[in-house]
Amino acid sequence: MIRRRPWIGNTYLGLVFLFLYVPTAIVVFYSFNESSLVSVWTGFSFKWYAALTTDEELTSAAWASLQIAVATAFSSVFIGTWAGFVLNRYRHFRGSTLFTAMINAPLVIPEVIQGISLLLLFVGLLEAFGWPPRGMFTIWIGHTMLCVSYVAITVVARLGGMDKSLDEAAANLGATPLRVFLDITLPLISQALISGWLLSFTISIDDVLMTAFLSGPDSTLLPIVVFSRVRLGLNPEVNALGSLFILAVAIGVVVNNHLMLRRQRRRDQDMALAYNQGRDLKDDDPGS
Amino acid sequence: MSPALRRPRAWLPSGRTMVIAVPFVFLLVFFMVPFAAVLKISFSDVQMSVPPYTHIAEFKDGVLRVVLNFAHYGEVLSNPLYIGAYGYSIWVAGLTTLICLLIGYPACYLIARADPARRNLLMMAVMLPFWTSYLIRVYAWIGLLKNQGLVNSFLLWAHLIDAPLKLYHNNVGLLIGMVYNYLPYLMLPLYAQLLKLDTRLLEAAGNLGARPWQAFCTITLPLSTRAIVSSCLLVFIPAVGEYVIPEILGGSNSLMVGRVMWDDFFVNADWPTASAATGCMVLLLLLPMAWFQRLQRRELEAR
Repeated sequence: MIRRRPWIGNTYLGLVFLFLYVPTAIVVFYSFNESSLVSVWTGFSFKWYAALTTDEELTSAAWASLQIAVATAFSSVFIGTWAGFVLNRYRHFRGSTLFTAMINAPLVIPEVIQGISLLLLFVGLLEAFGWPPRGMFTIWIGHTMLCVSYVAITVVARLGGMDKSLDEAAANLGATPLRVFLDITLPLISQALISGWLLSFTISIDDVLMTAFLSGPDSTLLPIVVFSRVRLGLNPEVNALGSLFILAVAIGVVVNNHLMLRRQRRRDQDMALAYNQGRDLKDDDPGS
Repeated sequence: MSPALRRPRAWLPSGRTMVIAVPFVFLLVFFMVPFAAVLKISFSDVQMSVPPYTHIAEFKDGVLRVVLNFAHYGEVLSNPLYIGAYGYSIWVAGLTTLICLLIGYPACYLIARADPARRNLLMMAVMLPFWTSYLIRVYAWIGLLKNQGLVNSFLLWAHLIDAPLKLYHNNVGLLIGMVYNYLPYLMLPLYAQLLKLDTRLLEAAGNLGARPWQAFCTITLPLSTRAIVSSCLLVFIPAVGEYVIPEILGGSNSLMVGRVMWDDFFVNADWPTASAATGCMVLLLLLPMAWFQRLQRRELEAR
């Protein structure tokens, strides 16, 4: 039915994409609006971007959030990759069911539950050992817990699609397991690591709930500031900030695609080269 | 695994254990142990102090006293505020899941049937908004939905309505925001499954005289049931505890659990009751979570 009348399907998909993209397009559009009444267009202006740079509260929060997000991205990739590797290589060990559950559950568990429980853990620790105080450190751990599962799942998927014979070849040639992991496995799953890093970064930089539960008096992060403003309704500065986020993602996607294409092309070239050399060798060999 | 890796070396068993132990302990400490803390505090009492609860166990003069206060569970299970919040959250999450499925399934189906170059691009376009700020994506809807917003302006301009519709700060706005945000979560696993589907089965059915919708009902739908269930759970479970979207787009008088728990924590400083509410929520979601876990595990083993 759909194959015979493709316009039905295309119209449907068009509507879905309209639904997905119109809201963000509106944010970008109105970020250039001169009027402070957000929904009335009066003229083109960069003034909300300029206002963004002088907004002390916003810039200091953004700086703090950036630090947390970068730290979170690295720690999540580190632990998530490790966990994903364990999940893929040692499928059945004592406690493997619990381990799998602990990887999968954070994907679905409501954040408010994770936030409250981590807060209570940290409060208990603070009472018992006098450490850690609520602040950047606790937020960092909390955000890492939000992201680890995503990285682990991505890594498991990538490792599952990987050719294991390369690892085995390296091991047979005498490489230690650590060498195999660093020289063979890690480069092969690098794409998963990069997307895991970026995803962790984006999750961390606008997480409201976990941040609210785990932040102390001295740590005001960007999502908390934005959330408290957005709650009151439209805000032209938030439009400008949102547009910057969207720009960053767009640049990230373009760069990543470009790099991926280039790597793919180089790999194709290398393979063609290897093939040709192999054929030449075979031609030179008088025995064949 | 290769023979080389299996060769018994003195350090190998401990090395393997160590490799497993590091992420295991990390998750245990920061994911499982916190639930013990929640359980503990849900049995304590409110106290004006830092932290604002009493200890459930006390060791004094060689006597260990354990006081378990069940009152907070009674409170959560009998107070209409909590019961209403749980019911409303389940209603919102269920409806969100249903609408996401109704929109997402046909879209995934169409994308999976497109030619390879086009479908990768389309799927990337589905996932792209997911990469931009979640807060901004929710916020963006305010401009569309409010009384002088774009949707109302457009409908007024087209003379489809005479007075602006109320779309913001009520259930309509809330559901639109929820569906918008959770749609990619639903589409990704569903698409992966539909892509794996063997199209030769459909061709065979067609050759044997099945009409397209018959082929769909007897082949495509049954073969994608597992993916449907797991992607619906991926939407439903977190949606029950959603806080930010109802706070920005929802009405002020209908409270979801997330908001009630937030208020208990930050407004009333009643940690024990909030902990009991958390405990009840975990119990409530345990069944769907176990279900999701089983599907994920089977998915993992199929690889």
